[in-house]
Amino acid sequence: MNAQQIDQQTLLKDEKDPLTHTPVHLLSLDKVGKHYGNVIALRDVTMAVDNGRVTCVLGDNGAGKSTLIKIIAGLHQHDEGSFKIMGEDRKLGSPREALDAGIAAVYQDLAVVSLMPIWRNFFLGSELTTGTGPFRRLDVQKMKDITLKELAEMGIDLRDVEQPIGQLSGGERQCVAIARAVYFGAKVLILDEPTAALGVKQSGVVLRYILQARDRGLGVIFITHNPHHAFPVGDRFLLLKRGKSIGYYEKKDITLEELTAQMAGGAELAELAHELEQLGGHTEALNEVKAEVAGVVDAAPESNAKRH
Amino acid sequence: MANAVLTAPSDERVSTRNTLQKLLVRPEIGALVGAVVLFIFFSAIAPVFLQPSSLATVLYGSSTIGIMAVGVALLMIGGEFDLSTGVAVITSALSASMFSWYFSVNIWVGVLFALVVSLGIGFINGWILVKTKLPSFIVTLATFLMLAGLNLGLTRLIGGAVATPSISDIDGFDAARAIFASSVKIGGVDVNVTVFIWIALVIVASWVLLRTRVGNWIFAVGGDANAARAVGVPVTKTKIGLFMAVGFCGWILGMHNLFAFNTVQSGEGVGNEFLYIIAAVIGGCLLTGGYGSAVGGAIGAFIFGMANKGIVYAQWNPDWFKFFLGLMLLLATIVNLIVKRRAESK
Repeated sequence: MNAQQIDQQTLLKDEKDPLTHTPVHLLSLDKVGKHYGNVIALRDVTMAVDNGRVTCVLGDNGAGKSTLIKIIAGLHQHDEGSFKIMGEDRKLGSPREALDAGIAAVYQDLAVVSLMPIWRNFFLGSELTTGTGPFRRLDVQKMKDITLKELAEMGIDLRDVEQPIGQLSGGERQCVAIARAVYFGAKVLILDEPTAALGVKQSGVVLRYILQARDRGLGVIFITHNPHHAFPVGDRFLLLKRGKSIGYYEKKDITLEELTAQMAGGAELAELAHELEQLGGHTEALNEVKAEVAGVVDAAPESNAKRH
Repeated sequence: MANAVLTAPSDERVSTRNTLQKLLVRPEIGALVGAVVLFIFFSAIAPVFLQPSSLATVLYGSSTIGIMAVGVALLMIGGEFDLSTGVAVITSALSASMFSWYFSVNIWVGVLFALVVSLGIGFINGWILVKTKLPSFIVTLATFLMLAGLNLGLTRLIGGAVATPSISDIDGFDAARAIFASSVKIGGVDVNVTVFIWIALVIVASWVLLRTRVGNWIFAVGGDANAARAVGVPVTKTKIGLFMAVGFCGWILGMHNLFAFNTVQSGEGVGNEFLYIIAAVIGGCLLTGGYGSAVGGAIGAFIFGMANKGIVYAQWNPDWFKFFLGLMLLLATIVNLIVKRRAESK
């Protein structure tokens, strides 16, 4: 629908397609689809990612968010449409390929190996070595120093990079993963539900790092089912439902209330309330649903305030 | 539990964690305590235990377990385990001896053939594991049974007996024996060459584990294979490589068995796989992967060797050995657990 329009407005000014010399997106997806056997997991998804912009992907459980990021992160390949990196059509065969293309994913549940020390986690898969031949070994001191410095720059004050990362809080672990991606020159950062398992305060910490990554010039893809987390930090919003895009907006074109209503399916909630009423219940569930419909409106000003 | 303890003094700095505590959280600490206790115990009840020649015998016994325990410990840190190791050792010895005997070639050809077979078994174990994603228990149990059957069946088919013919008159035997099954005189005591091979393997394995990229990957695939894959660690290659490393250790021990006794009983080896796993577990390797050390496996093997020979020196009935081993396994793992919890909570 308005995807074409957003495309035109937000094209990068300084990045050029090496072949045509016209401005290109860092990443752009056009009518991308994926099916597992005869199950359609994703179809018709169009979105773009640019430097210094946060693209939010919103959707309820089973909406296709995971499939989408797995395609971008190289864990799966799409069957339909086109996926372009810097204007070039690509199909990524492995996470390693994605990393080499500058796409780093930070997963909610599998960001780190919890029994390993922080510095080993930080450099996992991209370890620094010194020496040659059979004497090539890890440059332990350098890696520890860099870890400490990079994390300090992200505002994480660590006691000891030798402690197992499992001893950090959930938010801190996410931040280590983000700092790691930034350090290794990621141009695109995919954050898969980084706030889903976190409390209010920890979520705020993670949201702040998202903005820091954005300000460092990264293109960020922020996947969440919480519009209150997405709206304050996002520049663009892609809404998914049952594997299909139900909307793609720029921030100026949508309000938090509209976003929430679209996300939760406001009409569906109202219908559910009506149905419950007919079934003869002033039950707790009914009140809860009503409160939720009302809550959509109540919560809006608060989040708006946080943004300014 | 660990979490609650950690969040409480959130601003506490690391200086409170002193050297002793750092030592106590090492994976092999439980085994080390156990080894010292056992050593003192046997020294006290059997003075002959302390004689250099007895120690050399204990070390030799330890090395025959320890060589395998190195590979098995690495594999367990990598999150898998291998039930086929016991018979795979015999398969390796059988391959070398039967190949050289049947084709009447220099024994070294057989030795190299056995190396290919051992690495091949490791590769197949690992390859089936990563392709099917079945638990390693099932995959290696299957290879264990198949190898046990092949050992007996092929030996009878080719040689017509349950044991291989003696190979002591085949070309190259003496040189191979010097490498795999000789002994070196140190201070008037004969120390078997396997002890040195064992120590060398432990040093190499420790170095790989703690100071190379591959070591980092081994911890990562054992700790969380999905996370490792997501950051670009070659999980498949690492796991297959670990199984092949176990195969390599099996080859060394197989060659030792062959050249020490000239002949191989095709039905041997069954049950030994547990000794290697026990040594690694006593040494602090977690069954679930991602934690442990090569030195721990070596200490585990040393405990085994001390218990095995110590009982003889104390002139007890060797029937008690199994009970002793079980008790050591239980105690060492409990000590590991307690010490680790206590060190982490401070």
